[in-house]
Amino acid sequence: MSTTPLLEVAGLDVDFDGRPAVRELGLTLRRGEVLGLVGESGSGKSATALAVLGLLPGNAAVRGSVRLDGTELLGLPERELTRIRGRRVSMVFQDPLSAFTPVYRLGDQIAEAVRAHQDVSRERAAERAVELLDLVGIPEPALRARSFPHEFSGGMRQRAMIAMAMANDPDLILADEPTTALDVTIQAQVLDVLRTARQATGAALLLVSHDLGVIAGTADRVAVMRDGRVVEQGTVDDVFRRPREPYTRELLAAVPRLDATRRPRPGSGEPVLRVRGLTRTFPVLKGTAFRRRVGTVYAVDGVDLEVRRGETLALVGESGSGKSTTLFELLELARPEGGSIELFGQQPGTLGKAAARALRRRIQIVFQDPMASLDPRMPVGDIVAEPLRTQGAGRAAAGRRVRELLAQVGLDPADAERYPHEFSGGQRQRIGIARALSVEPELLVLDEPVSALDVSVQAGVLELLQRLKDELGLAYLFVSHDLSVVRNIADRVSVMYLGRTVEAGPVDEVFAAPRHPYTQALLSAVPLPDPELERKRTRILLAGDPPSPTRRYEGCRFRGRCPLYAELAEQERKRCAVDVPVFEGDGVACHFPRVRSVV
Amino acid sequence: MMWQQEDYTISSVPAYLAKRLGYYAVLLLAAVCLSYLLASLALDPRAYYAGRQPPIPAASVNHHLTEIGVNDHDPLLSRFLHWAGHAVRGDLGQTIDGTSVNAEFGRRLGVSLRLLLAGTVLGTVAGVLAGAWTAVRQYRLSDRAVTVASFALLSTPVFLLAILLKTGAIWFNQSTGTDLIQFTGERSPGLTGGFWTILKDRSVHLLLPTLSVALFAVASYSRYQRNTMLDVLGSDYLRTARAKGLGRRTVLLKHGLRTALIPMSTYFSYGFLALFTGATFTETIFGWHGMGEWFIDSIGKNDVSSVVAVNVFAAVTVLLSGFLADLLHAALDPRIRQAS
Ligand SMILES: Nc1ncnc2c1ncn2[C@@H]1O[C@H](COP(=O)(O)OP(=O)(O)OP(=O)(O)O)[C@@H](O)[C@H]1O
Ligand code: SF4
Ligand SMILES: [Mg+2]
Repeated sequence: MSTTPLLEVAGLDVDFDGRPAVRELGLTLRRGEVLGLVGESGSGKSATALAVLGLLPGNAAVRGSVRLDGTELLGLPERELTRIRGRRVSMVFQDPLSAFTPVYRLGDQIAEAVRAHQDVSRERAAERAVELLDLVGIPEPALRARSFPHEFSGGMRQRAMIAMAMANDPDLILADEPTTALDVTIQAQVLDVLRTARQATGAALLLVSHDLGVIAGTADRVAVMRDGRVVEQGTVDDVFRRPREPYTRELLAAVPRLDATRRPRPGSGEPVLRVRGLTRTFPVLKGTAFRRRVGTVYAVDGVDLEVRRGETLALVGESGSGKSTTLFELLELARPEGGSIELFGQQPGTLGKAAARALRRRIQIVFQDPMASLDPRMPVGDIVAEPLRTQGAGRAAAGRRVRELLAQVGLDPADAERYPHEFSGGQRQRIGIARALSVEPELLVLDEPVSALDVSVQAGVLELLQRLKDELGLAYLFVSHDLSVVRNIADRVSVMYLGRTVEAGPVDEVFAAPRHPYTQALLSAVPLPDPELERKRTRILLAGDPPSPTRRYEGCRFRGRCPLYAELAEQERKRCAVDVPVFEGDGVACHFPRVRSVV
Repeated sequence: MMWQQEDYTISSVPAYLAKRLGYYAVLLLAAVCLSYLLASLALDPRAYYAGRQPPIPAASVNHHLTEIGVNDHDPLLSRFLHWAGHAVRGDLGQTIDGTSVNAEFGRRLGVSLRLLLAGTVLGTVAGVLAGAWTAVRQYRLSDRAVTVASFALLSTPVFLLAILLKTGAIWFNQSTGTDLIQFTGERSPGLTGGFWTILKDRSVHLLLPTLSVALFAVASYSRYQRNTMLDVLGSDYLRTARAKGLGRRTVLLKHGLRTALIPMSTYFSYGFLALFTGATFTETIFGWHGMGEWFIDSIGKNDVSSVVAVNVFAAVTVLLSGFLADLLHAALDPRIRQAS
């Protein structure tokens, strides 16, 4: 074979409305190779990938050269580009819900991709679509090919997306953040499917991601982007082990790692928060004019938590596992539907007005999306002072306190006059923290406080949280789906599956020696930003998606997906099928807990 | 929320439509009752006979009013029950002149439908296409031109437009020295001839009224369609469709316009009501004896039964177009088919 690289990008510039997004970018990709394109938000990764296929929107101007097998693609007429798109180069996008046309069946959309480039009959294309769906691990592919996009879960949609990308045996697949919208266990499945796709087609892969762990585990070579330029390019081992550029070093240092060695400091004394057997259900309604109840969502179905003074408890679990509902129940300060909540030794819902008001001050929340949670028309000073004023503070006293708080969270006291949109994401999150701290709470509930932020910004906010906790003696209930972040901030961790607590304990112990099979699968799915370690790890892949929380379960609800269950003897299985495993203390809700190291 | 989708059991489309139909029947009933009450309270049939030369004796007016069931000396409830009793059997009563409402209804219904149908269908299709086309050409000269023209049209009162059209036609006829364009009535009185002669005659009479109905439909639908199409043009799935290697036309029509039609189905039903209201003027100006003209005439005559009949027609039309919109929506959007 010739030595021409499959893809060669040189001197690529992309401007959006005259503002530069990509500058003098150069990349090469050989046949069958996986190139990771990594960088922070806005660094120009997506713009680069889209430029390769000429898919940028109309307000973009592109210059430079993109050669596929020596043929220049830039400036090629649309007609010829359509013959390359989907056939020689195909693409997998980030958000799998919006990436399919909502009104056509998935099988038809895949068949359409086949027929766009191959001269086959309708029937043959439909058959091919089913084969492809089978290949990417969709159960009952012939049946599911008739589903519409909204009937698939996020993970299944992304599988279907990959199936479509494989349809014409492309030479190159461009994948723009293909797993970013997915939970870790689903991410592990999809990365596995991507591997299958490459084996089946022999395609090279340009994998765009902001997640260094994903790149480390999948790519052969990596290009690091910053402000539209590639700052460093090399094999994953070189770049991750021996980064040459200071920016790469900073980036790697900022990434929280699952295998960190930080020693947690669990608190002592009476818990500030104690939750036992918490349950919360929602009706499933149907109908428009006359709504009827047709079922029940068991959103929270047995949650146990304990947070002590001065410690951070991380509540982890995948989307839909009931984390947010648990938080809402806590903040409601009412008598729970089932189970018990004890805050600072008191039971909310049994208190008088004054006592309830005092209790409300002691527990405050910081939200995930810093922009959505700050009123854009209010100056920052007023936003921060709001809880204070509701507690009855005077204007002057509140003003003084606001300046103090802004300084405390690392902002300029003069920022009080400015409006939220003038701040970056990380700064906005600091404003949210200052607001929560204004009434001197003792327990801070943090709902995914850093998941909307880039790693370097994330590190700053996490550091701030750690410092504030030490200075003010706070306790945190930290909700997150990102286990690497959890390892680096939490003292203890509590794992939820389908509305139920399945395992809890000091974070170092749980991560080093998880006992519940679900915790093991969860941890094993988290990629490490270390190519060498990644090659040595074996993933525990869970089958399918989490089941519906509208069902009642006999015995253990993880049974259907439990890797251990498959290995158990007949007699033991019976126990899993009949008895509900009970969670207690720093325990594990499994009948046959076996330590298995997975990090 | 992930659990919602699983729990909607796939109920059948007929069941969904049957439910909507039931819902519309209730609405129709309410609309008819209300319009009867309103018409009976607001109109004064007695006034129709006042001031005649020679004066009609009060006793015979009374007798006549009772005969046709609109005598205000009888209690409203009993008048209503009397009317409703006939109405459920398909008899809408008598006009104030003592003729059958049903007969009049039948005659005028045909006229109104002939007037509205062609204009609506034409206007809707042209509006959708114009909207989609201008969205694709956003901010180009053609887009701006269509935008300006639609807003100009939308801010022109219906009667003004109709008169302008008429003036234009007169000018056209004069300058060509023919009478090619006809603008009064549905057909030339007294014309005889074969099928083709009649058809041609009717068509030239239809031209201007259809145009005036259609122009409004084009103007308003193209605005809506432009917006929904613009939303779709920026969507991820159009990008996916392009990334598969589909041609521009397939991408824009099969994936783009097809999806952008979904929200339009709601506008169609609202739009029909506006067209019907507008048609009242169109009929009067072009001398068509349709429902709109009847409505205006019967209000002038204080003719309760006729006013109610026109209201029944309006309500049925609106609800029918609502039902058609539902059908269309269900046909266009698989998410609706399953989720309700
Ligand atoms: N359609 C657009 N119009 C205007 N500017 C755009 C557009 N798309 C991207 N940009 C800008 O171009 C720059 C690069 O964007 P790009 O989406 O390529 O970044 P990215 O690295 O993919 O970021 P992320 O990790 O957030 O996906 C950013 O400054 C962005 O704001
Ligand atoms: S109880 Fe049984 S099924 Fe449940 S997690 Fe343990 S081994 Fe698996
Ligand atoms: Mg991107």
